[in-house]
Amino acid sequence: MNAVLLGLGLFLLACAATALALRNLIRSILLLVGIWFGIAAFYLWAGAEFAAFAQALVYGGAVSMVVLFAVLLTRRSHAETEAPPAPAARVASALLAGGAVAGVLVAAVLRTPLPAAGGPPPFVPVRALGALLLGPHAAALLIVGAVLTIALLGGVVLAAGGRAGAGKENSP
Amino acid sequence: MNVLQGCLVLSSLLFAIGLTAALARSNAILVLLGIEVMLNAASMNFIAFWRYGPQPEAATGVIFVLFGIAIAAAEAAVGLALVIALYRHQRSIRLQDATRLKG
Repeated sequence: MNAVLLGLGLFLLACAATALALRNLIRSILLLVGIWFGIAAFYLWAGAEFAAFAQALVYGGAVSMVVLFAVLLTRRSHAETEAPPAPAARVASALLAGGAVAGVLVAAVLRTPLPAAGGPPPFVPVRALGALLLGPHAAALLIVGAVLTIALLGGVVLAAGGRAGAGKENSP
Repeated sequence: MNVLQGCLVLSSLLFAIGLTAALARSNAILVLLGIEVMLNAASMNFIAFWRYGPQPEAATGVIFVLFGIAIAAAEAAVGLALVIALYRHQRSIRLQDATRLKG
């Protein structure tokens, strides 16, 4: 197996397991930024430069900042960035479910005859991707644009919608 | 184990870690981040099959990943707005406290 893939895989798995097990939310999110950039590095290694660029821009830049803002807006004190521990029975059943899914998936992958490694990574220029997006995938692109716009409006309405009610609650 | 199988095993393990976090954690933000990790693991599969598939010139895997990233961004925005709305109603983002449908 490729040494770069092995190193990247170990980094990603260690970061993911640590980030999602930590109790401190800020540290978890900083480790998750490492995961997003690790996945962008995986895309680069596979030859998908534009997908790597989009991953770093959207996840490393935008999503991580939104998550950080959400953490800072939903805590009442500095001590509240520590998430309370989950019940032991719930953690055990989640570990059992995750382990079972991992076992089934890995066994299925290892038992399936898959093509061996090919030649050098394929080169897909950005111009070709743009032609594909505006040609055969134009309808999907329009739908994704509409979904993003609706999600933006929905997010604003959800996040700002309770102000009037909060004002009424505080009034005598 | 060839390289394609290595990629698929990596994405499967990442998916399982995300699933475990989404099931085990009580904090709504960490559950959302677990789901994001699962989405990214699925995107890694698209890239791996595109890279080692029979027709890498078609770039279908890359297009799928671009659309997946856009949808995941929308999901994160709405999910975190929901977390903020939940915090406003319950003063907590623990999922065990969110037991009422009507705030």
